[in-house]
Amino acid sequence: MNTALSALVEVDHVRQLYPKGSGENLLVLDDVSLSLRKDEIVSLLGRSGCGKSSLLRIIAGLMPASQGKVSIGGRDVAGPAQEVAMVFQTFALFPWLTVLENVEIGLEALRVDSAERHKRALAAIDLIGLDGYESAYPKELSGGMRQRVGLARALVVHPKVLLMDEPFSALDVLTAETLRTDLLDLWSEGRMPISSILLVTHNIEEAVLMSDRILVFSSNPGRVVAEIPVTLPMPRNRLDPAFRQMVDDIYALMTARPAGKQAQGVFPGAGISMLLPGVSPNLMAGLLETVAAEPYKGHADLPALAGPLHMEIDDLFPVAETLQLLRFAELAEGDLRLTDAGRRFVDLDQDGRKRLFAQHLLAYVPLAGHIRRVLDERGAHRAPASRFRDELEDHMSEQFADQTLRSVTSWGRYAESFAYDEATGVFSLDNPS
Amino acid sequence: MAMRRKGRPVAEPLGLGGEGLLPNPYDLAIFVLIAGVFVLIAHGAHEMAAPAVRLASEPVTLDPANLPEYALRTTLRMFAAILVSLLFTFVVATLAAKSRKAELVIVPALDILQSVPVLGFLTFTVVFFLRLFPGSEFGAECAAIFAIFTSQAWNMAFSFYQSLRTVPRDLDEVSRHFQLSPWLRFWRLEAPFAAPGLIWNTMMSMSGGWFFVVASEAITVGDTTVKLPGIGSWLAVAIDAKDIHAVILAVLMMAAVILAYDQLLFRPIVAWADKFRFEQTAAPQRPHSWVYDLWRRGKVVRRVSPAIGWMAARISKLPLGFTRPARSVRRSGAGRLADRLADRLWLLVVLAVVAYALWHIVLFTRASLSTSDVLTAIGLGLLTLLRVAVLIALASLIWVPIGVWIGLRPWAATRVQPVAQFLAAFPANVLFPMAVVVIVTWRLNPDIWLSPLMVLGTQWYILFNVIAGASAFPTDLREASTLFRLRTWQWWRKVIVPGILPYYVTGALTASGGSWNASIVAEVASWGDTKLRAAGLGSYIADASAAGDYPRVVLGIVVMSVMVVTCNRLVWRPLYRLAERRFRLD
Repeated sequence: MNTALSALVEVDHVRQLYPKGSGENLLVLDDVSLSLRKDEIVSLLGRSGCGKSSLLRIIAGLMPASQGKVSIGGRDVAGPAQEVAMVFQTFALFPWLTVLENVEIGLEALRVDSAERHKRALAAIDLIGLDGYESAYPKELSGGMRQRVGLARALVVHPKVLLMDEPFSALDVLTAETLRTDLLDLWSEGRMPISSILLVTHNIEEAVLMSDRILVFSSNPGRVVAEIPVTLPMPRNRLDPAFRQMVDDIYALMTARPAGKQAQGVFPGAGISMLLPGVSPNLMAGLLETVAAEPYKGHADLPALAGPLHMEIDDLFPVAETLQLLRFAELAEGDLRLTDAGRRFVDLDQDGRKRLFAQHLLAYVPLAGHIRRVLDERGAHRAPASRFRDELEDHMSEQFADQTLRSVTSWGRYAESFAYDEATGVFSLDNPS
Repeated sequence: MAMRRKGRPVAEPLGLGGEGLLPNPYDLAIFVLIAGVFVLIAHGAHEMAAPAVRLASEPVTLDPANLPEYALRTTLRMFAAILVSLLFTFVVATLAAKSRKAELVIVPALDILQSVPVLGFLTFTVVFFLRLFPGSEFGAECAAIFAIFTSQAWNMAFSFYQSLRTVPRDLDEVSRHFQLSPWLRFWRLEAPFAAPGLIWNTMMSMSGGWFFVVASEAITVGDTTVKLPGIGSWLAVAIDAKDIHAVILAVLMMAAVILAYDQLLFRPIVAWADKFRFEQTAAPQRPHSWVYDLWRRGKVVRRVSPAIGWMAARISKLPLGFTRPARSVRRSGAGRLADRLADRLWLLVVLAVVAYALWHIVLFTRASLSTSDVLTAIGLGLLTLLRVAVLIALASLIWVPIGVWIGLRPWAATRVQPVAQFLAAFPANVLFPMAVVVIVTWRLNPDIWLSPLMVLGTQWYILFNVIAGASAFPTDLREASTLFRLRTWQWWRKVIVPGILPYYVTGALTASGGSWNASIVAEVASWGDTKLRAAGLGSYIADASAAGDYPRVVLGIVVMSVMVVTCNRLVWRPLYRLAERRFRLD
């Protein structure tokens, strides 16, 4: 009885599997349990692909969990629940409806009569600072205003829990900050008709700024690796040393190597079936140059690096990890440290960089080495991409296989280790020069 | 999706985005099924002693005072057909989008049906409907309306189906999240999202429909001659009477009707539908219509349109809930197994029906057709294919440069585009008699000189699609190519042709499909007692129709359908996919 009162949302040992073409299923969420209590903001913090958005949709009743159960207010979730309302990353407004009509849509589905509907919608629009825009269409609004519509639409149905799926990530930095502050003000003044907020984000500072508790997710599969209470007083100051320390700690936590994995094991999968991120060689070179230069001189603190570069962890981590995979840098405890090869790379000219990159690519990226070996062995030095795609799809989803193949193609082209003809889908050793 | 491209919407060529070049077994099965239906109808029609019906109404006379009334009758027929087509679209496309089993049959069927020459249908349907309503004009009306319907419905249904299948994921989630009832979901999400594509396709269908309404009003099948009051019949009577003044009157009347349709209906609706375009940013160029502006500004209207809005709101709020479980909630293992079993069962049912149809076709054709008949039809088909190919190539050579020139000059494009769309809607068969008079007077070879009639009405699709493509060509690419001082030939080959290719393919596909259809009325022409024939599959079908020779009509239609489908698969679809993949500009 007591828990039913205090826990609004209870997620109990949820696992989520996606069926793959062949063989075993892809595990997206592994044994996730959490509870959301009254009067708190909880962040689910993790990188893209860690299943946090899937978890939010499971809680919202938009998709069923493969195993485990979710209950809201003591009742099991079996479909879209009345008690929750969701704010979407893409805003998800109907372009052919006005602001007012967009806000009213949830009430319309509830068959609220039109006078009452109007009253409540106008109140929500007023609350969220949209008055004057009632008759505008979404395409006439800026991104920040559109997300306000999304927020008003969610609040107007008077949910107990507000689910927010990376609500600020499609906005520019200033707009996002204004919206965050406004939301926190409304929250602390108790003017929103909601009991708690569940926020999905990949932005560490956002999580520290807004939440009472942070649940840190690991990737592949998604799993809660840490629960961090944030006790800093509201409103929080990003420059407060305690705030900075907490951000640093979370960076360290998220770059910590999972126990028992080898140095190269940051990416899921092993050998040629390693899932490669879509990071361009230009980006790698850029990060190497930045870290090699003043003020870092080969050793940078990731949070300090992320700020001036305006990169969020979803942008920065894959680059850093790719550099680690290629042995150009070491990633540990929230720090990025260049290796000797990494320093050498920065000092070389274009051709030298390509040669060094080629050596590391063939040595440390098993798929690249594999493609090159196959091409070398064949008389015509040609091999269809479909052959490698099939090999990859034995281990990963079609989409990931596609991404991996595209990454290795891009790296191979930069290194001039092999060529690829998009029209015919054939790898070769042809040198088009 | 075509309608989400910049600039004016372009008709999405049916199913061109589809996978695979070779027909899959399902396509073949559906093809057999459709042919089987033809055979069944033809068989039924054959069994009936074709009734020599005298229509109850007064015969069509060449009295100019009657012409406005005839024009009205023609227009009404058109609207009746478009209503039926819309109804068909909503039911069939929704069914295909919501039920996987229905989808398996409906989608390939739509794909093939739109390649079937519509005018070939007339033979069966006239007899069928006359028999259904014996002695009354209503049967003939139904046949005409059905003919127009068959020229319109398929691409409308396909467009609607595609829209329903591509509803944006986040909006789908919002609708499920707020638990919109299926009825509310339809009005708030699905219908508005599908509106631009559907409206554009409806308008294109309607434009194409004028041709068929004219062609289907005066028909002779065996002993049965039907002349419904309308412009098409007026024209037929004028041809018999060799009355060139009456023909000119008909042309003028038709022009007035099309102009009214274009200004009062086509443009206002396209301008209105613009607000449903699925985009989050405002496009610089929007379709305009003075009628629509008037409508929005007018005083009376300001009172009327809230009333309409209120009515629409009432309708959308009707507590209808045709129950449909929310999509994408995946079922348990047992449920999926049951699903698979049901699929198998469904497949068996379809196969059984296909086998039955095949058996009937063989039975029907063996009785009256020999291999040499088939070879004749194929030979004539190749002749018509040659005509279509040469004419489309010629039309492209003429209209692509002109279209590019116009499209790159916005002031010209805004003036010419409406004219091109007007010409595409104008039923070319109204002009046929004039051409025939010229051929007869100058004693020209009909095998050659009847041919241009096939593209007379359809070439405009090439023109206005190319104009749309050139208008949408990005300014920065043009500026870059100017800076590099590309030579003329280089500029065509490397810059503009790749840039407009998707648009051109859309236009050329529509034009060639229309030309195949037009061959049935264009390869046979008469002026009084003088009959002109061009050897080809079109005249083969037309002759067989006139003689009431059903087996040969079926044979002709099947051969023509196969050729059109083959052309689409082997030429247009690969071209379109190449254009989409390589030359897509956004």
